[in-house]
Amino acid sequence: MEYEISLLTTMGISVLFALSLNLITGFCGQISLGHAAFLGIGAYVSAMLTKAGVPFLATLPLAMLVAGFFGVIVGLASLRVRADFLAITTMGAGFLFIGIVRQQDALGGELGISGIPDPGMSKLAFMLLTVALCVVVAGLCLYIRKAWMGRVFKGIAEDEDTMRVLGIDVPRYKLTAFALGTALAGMAGALYAHHLKFIGPDSFGFIESVTVLSMVVVGGIGSVTGVIVAAALLSVLPAWFQFIGDYKLLVYGGLLFLMMRFSPDGMAGFVARRLRPAAATGKAQRP
Amino acid sequence: MTAPLLEVAGVTVRFGGLTAIDNVSFNVEAGELLGLIGPNGAGKTTMLRSITGVVRATAGKVTLRGESLDGLPIHQRIRRGLALSQQLVKPFRDFSVIENVALAAGSAKTRSPLIALLHVAQKAELAVGREMLERVGIAAHAQQGTAIQPLGILKRLEMARALALRPQLLLLDEPLAGLNSNEASALATTIADINRQGVTIVLIEHNLGEVMRICQRLVVLDNGRKIADEAPRTAMNDPAVRAAYLGGDTLADRVAAEGGRDA
Repeated sequence: MEYEISLLTTMGISVLFALSLNLITGFCGQISLGHAAFLGIGAYVSAMLTKAGVPFLATLPLAMLVAGFFGVIVGLASLRVRADFLAITTMGAGFLFIGIVRQQDALGGELGISGIPDPGMSKLAFMLLTVALCVVVAGLCLYIRKAWMGRVFKGIAEDEDTMRVLGIDVPRYKLTAFALGTALAGMAGALYAHHLKFIGPDSFGFIESVTVLSMVVVGGIGSVTGVIVAAALLSVLPAWFQFIGDYKLLVYGGLLFLMMRFSPDGMAGFVARRLRPAAATGKAQRP
Repeated sequence: MTAPLLEVAGVTVRFGGLTAIDNVSFNVEAGELLGLIGPNGAGKTTMLRSITGVVRATAGKVTLRGESLDGLPIHQRIRRGLALSQQLVKPFRDFSVIENVALAAGSAKTRSPLIALLHVAQKAELAVGREMLERVGIAAHAQQGTAIQPLGILKRLEMARALALRPQLLLLDEPLAGLNSNEASALATTIADINRQGVTIVLIEHNLGEVMRICQRLVVLDNGRKIADEAPRTAMNDPAVRAAYLGGDTLADRVAAEGGRDA
């Protein structure tokens, strides 16, 4: 039972992390190759605080706040760049995070932080909290997509120049997406730190950023359900099959490649085309 | 006489060493349908872009209803009463025809991210969308996707979307380009109708026949300079205008001028 609880917690954290990236990349169309840095910021903030005696639950909002703050800064730096340049900028931000953390003795440097205190609840309660947060965040995502904000995000994702001509303050909406997405990543990071009890700079590297991006792409960029399913599955695959653990990068990279080649809108798009072949084609055939 | 709706005063736009617009001034009076014409490369689209803020003017002033637009980003100029129908139609493919228009009609709900987060209902905007689609005559296509629409429909959709912003001044960049003569004539009539319903319009267009038919006044640009600002018939008899269009200095100029009409 212990194992299943731990596995579900891992899945839940991955789902939260993937949903947070989906807000930025899926909803608003802004690619990020450095998203793991915000998971890391949340993890470090929360771990340092609980080690200093702050109750775990109180660290959650603080982890979100700090991650969201840095998210807005990276967002500001990214406002003038698009598509492939944005990918490189965010990748740089990710490396910058690791580079800085490695040099800080206060943050444990290369060794990271170990012996992170218990969150003050049973493993079962921690798992239930994680799953509950997943439900709340998924609900928030579905709501945003239905609201005017979702329509604006969708328009910006497709053609931001035309959105400007329609009177949309594109930079503010992009920053909002960055703030929301990175704050939620910070929350996932706080859970991550207290689930594993150990964090180090390498837990939040480029590989993790690519992993979460592949979860979003495999699920279907912008699809809440698809991303939840993909994140849940891809996060437990390495635990179920040892050989995948050894070839994790190869499997994720391969999946990313196959999806981009054969179903750019992910599993969600694949399923939609199977169910409603006529209705889905119009949207699937993007240039 | 009341103050003009739009005042363009001494606008100059330079791209590096190239002067695209050279000290151009003109006014747009409320309620009029003004044609902004000139041979290819005359600077018409650049002029329009410096009004909407896509291009920053090197010098000069643009004033809408007495309020300066200088230095404002595009979206703020739009929210002060401008709307642009682009030359290359750019409908959102992930939205249906009517949703495209509703997105523009929802400008009050998209003013800021917080307001956009707190509002869900789209019913009123869809109603405005339907009204605008009827106004440009494509209401029958409302529920369809945009990917399958022919250019004639998309040109009207672009215009409906601009109208849904309820603009003080509608800027149309070559709305007739690429249409056959029947379609062009029908759309020109629609434009004249919209103007009669009280929308002030600046029209960039190469189709001189339709421009002569519907415009009340012409501003003619050539090589970034204003060479005429008068009634259509007077402008067409103006030697400077005729020279710009037909009597280019070289054969290449003449070919460019002729090619512009089909472009």
